[in-house]
Amino acid sequence: MSFFDLKGLLSPLTGLQQFGRKPHTLTYTKEAADRYRGLHFNKLDQCIGCGNCSTICMNEAIDMIHIEGIEGKNGDSGLRPRVDNGRCCWCALCVEVCPTGSLNLTKDYIYVTDDADSFLWTPGKSNPDAEEKISFHSDVDTSLSMYQRVPMREMDGTERVSSFAEVVLGYNDEEARAEAQRCISCSLCTEVCPDHMHIPEYINAIARGENEEAIRIIYNNNPLPEMCGKVCTRRCEDVCAIAVRGEPVAIRWLKRYATEQAKTADMIKEIVNPKIEEPNGKSVGIIGAGPSGLTAGYYLALRGFDVTIYEAKSHGGGMTFYGIPKYRLPYESINKQVEYMQKIGVKINFNTRVGKDIPFEEIYNKYDAVFIGIGFEKPWTLGMKGEDLKGSMQAVKFLETINEGDTVDVGKHVVVVGGGNVAIDAASVARRLGAEVDIVYRRRVQDMPADWEEIEGAEDEGVNIIPQGIPIEVIGDENGKVKAFRYAKAEMVPDPKGGRPRPQLIEGSETDIQCDTVIAAIGQEADYSFFPEDIKNKIKFERGRFVVNQKTKQTDDPKIFAGGDAVNRTADAISAIADGFNAVKGIEKYLLG
Amino acid sequence: MREETTTIYLGPQHPGITGNMMIKLQVKGDTVVKAETHIGYLHRGFEKLMERRNWLQSFTIVCRICVPEPDPNEENYSRAVEEIEGREVPERAKYIRVMVLELARIASYLLWYGGQNGSAGLYTMGQWSVGDRNYILDLFEELTGGRVYHMYIWPGGVRRDLPEGFADKVLRTMDYLEKRLDEYDKLMFENSIFQQRGQGVGIIDPSKAIEWGVVGPPLRGCGIQSDVRKDDPYEVYDKLDFEVPKIEGKSDVWARALVRRFEIRESIKIIRQVIEKMPAGEVYNKVPNPMKWIVPKGDAYVKTESARGEFAYYMVSDGSDKPRRVHVKGPAYVHGISLLENLLVGENIADVSFIMNSLGTCPPEMER
Repeated sequence: MSFFDLKGLLSPLTGLQQFGRKPHTLTYTKEAADRYRGLHFNKLDQCIGCGNCSTICMNEAIDMIHIEGIEGKNGDSGLRPRVDNGRCCWCALCVEVCPTGSLNLTKDYIYVTDDADSFLWTPGKSNPDAEEKISFHSDVDTSLSMYQRVPMREMDGTERVSSFAEVVLGYNDEEARAEAQRCISCSLCTEVCPDHMHIPEYINAIARGENEEAIRIIYNNNPLPEMCGKVCTRRCEDVCAIAVRGEPVAIRWLKRYATEQAKTADMIKEIVNPKIEEPNGKSVGIIGAGPSGLTAGYYLALRGFDVTIYEAKSHGGGMTFYGIPKYRLPYESINKQVEYMQKIGVKINFNTRVGKDIPFEEIYNKYDAVFIGIGFEKPWTLGMKGEDLKGSMQAVKFLETINEGDTVDVGKHVVVVGGGNVAIDAASVARRLGAEVDIVYRRRVQDMPADWEEIEGAEDEGVNIIPQGIPIEVIGDENGKVKAFRYAKAEMVPDPKGGRPRPQLIEGSETDIQCDTVIAAIGQEADYSFFPEDIKNKIKFERGRFVVNQKTKQTDDPKIFAGGDAVNRTADAISAIADGFNAVKGIEKYLLG
Repeated sequence: MREETTTIYLGPQHPGITGNMMIKLQVKGDTVVKAETHIGYLHRGFEKLMERRNWLQSFTIVCRICVPEPDPNEENYSRAVEEIEGREVPERAKYIRVMVLELARIASYLLWYGGQNGSAGLYTMGQWSVGDRNYILDLFEELTGGRVYHMYIWPGGVRRDLPEGFADKVLRTMDYLEKRLDEYDKLMFENSIFQQRGQGVGIIDPSKAIEWGVVGPPLRGCGIQSDVRKDDPYEVYDKLDFEVPKIEGKSDVWARALVRRFEIRESIKIIRQVIEKMPAGEVYNKVPNPMKWIVPKGDAYVKTESARGEFAYYMVSDGSDKPRRVHVKGPAYVHGISLLENLLVGENIADVSFIMNSLGTCPPEMER
């Protein structure tokens, strides 16, 4: 090529035509694209402070702080993310993993300041006006949170009513691991669990396939986990972070899966392999082998106490054994756990009713401390005409009889009165005995205190629910046997005190249902008749329940501790377990200082 | 005659150096007698960092290995994870990935236009091409939310589907660029300054090229038609029609420039085909909750053709939630050290930057 190549010299000059064109340098006033990953914005009222953004941030640019005006409550830690914009790399993974969708990035991308500390800010509070500039966000489809629960396999309604076989079939390994993977370990559930179980930790272990480790974590503060895994009221799931935009993690079913891996009491002992301390010379008597008594007994035994439980009935488990139908909680499941406790060294005297077979004073004097977990055994009655007729019974007694293996002749048509879990259980059991069943409840279906899953399950099984029905009378025939049940329709009127709407009877709307049996399931209370007067006078009661120190479960008689339904109003097994667990600390402090 | 040499340190801060590295030159007069590449100014420890971050967090690190063209890193990382895990990627996502990769190639070549010409003192070309590159960055901003670091291709597919009207925008930009490329030719390839600076400078011995591990445009500049997209097709390259240039000549800077001139047009061709053939459907096969995402035991070696040549990842999973090992094999390791040190010997000092730009050296790939 010649140095005097004319084309080579002139061609570049065509670049001069650029002078006539519009320049295309970007100016900073350009509006960012609709997906731009700029500065953070957090919808503070939507955020639940789960901290998932902080966990995923690999630059540790996000920490969770308290900010003024936001208080923690159930399902909200009260914390909000604070972003160090000096560390942020705008990868927006925090947005992708935010389970509620409250955290977003905006079109703002210029932030100039001479105050280096101001790079640390709380999105949403520091830039309240940025909401309209939200650009990069996640919705249910794009979010990395897994909103759909692995479905639980169950028997279908018609198959269920033909036997007392367990309805829920349980997860298999694959399903359990998949479900466990959904958990984001935010611990909002731990906070709300009465027993503060280590939920994220055992779910993590299940997700890793380490089932035995999961069992060990679970037994750390709950000795009846298989029962909880089947019938717990699971307040944990109500506050699950995933539930804000999806279905909560199936915490209960995962616990059930893990604990079912230990098939016998020996296996539990082998896996949990708890450290049992040397006997410390102190003894504790426990009245009632229900969840609270068993829990207190188990952890006291592990700590070297000599523990003896007195149980009026022939099986341990209390209301969970006698009150919960076997298709929800099979015999083997409870017996296995009670047997495990006996192996650890808890002595249980069955068929020993305190006050009848052994006086309370004897226990009171024999042991260094007494724990009372007697539960609510005595059912309330409806207080209406005809309740003493043959064929009219209380749900708790009815369930107890069935659970003891006896049968009850309920006839062809049963009416259950009440809207709690006990009512649903009684109705489902009556279905299994071959009867047509109606549930009569004072308020609306959405007001029923029973679990929605239980309500749906009962409906699947063919139970008919009559809401807004006020019981009037049980009508008997000439032989003194139940013939019909009379109720009146109610309309819901607003509560003047601002509470939930109240049913008001509609005059002249009385209806009769022809039936053979009426089962009342409107609540129970404790039976304190075994207490000698002098001790009873020392202890404070409120609305039929012990008044105890919330932390130690100690009553006003320092030697007596109490827990379970006879103490707390929530009246569920997990609260009873928590009481038992806390009482152990109280007793330990009382006896060992 | 005195046999003395002078030592010159080119970089780490020098307009002619491509990134934070330094070349220690022994010169005799104007001629380089010995060149040594010195790295260590940019060690961010990507590979080590990834061993301590989970599978999703690591994905946000890899793009930072290459500023001008981050996407082959993302694609490699994602494909390696997918291969170990056996995760299917939706067809549409594959097409989108190819589109992103080719857009990135164009953006990278446009930046190269600037560097190559700048190091020859031809600054106008750089103003033009970097300005036009902004149009590609605009597209990236709209598609991915980021102009430079896209973090868009991730294990399982891509992060978001195309925004509405995006495909048309891409096509319009391609039409514009195609016209501009003709203007670039006039300014660069028909420019006798560039011709004379480029021809006969930085000649790679074609018989040694493969032995040395030369890849990408420098290898194709030697007349060897090697391109991962053809030789070992990934994503949907086997369904697309494009050509690998056959360059005849001296395997010098000029030849390498011709490769890029040819390929930028091929990329435009590919993008048009991708948009035409892209099927509808999902773009993302969701991974599990990233905090609990466990990738089964295994390893994978994957490679892509980046703008600077074959870019490969070797990844090992020990069955945990973090990669056990991520080995990044970028083309610059060969081009910037062994090849560059050899090529510079006997060349003029003024050509050092010029040659370096033609190879595509990039320090983060040497210091991983």
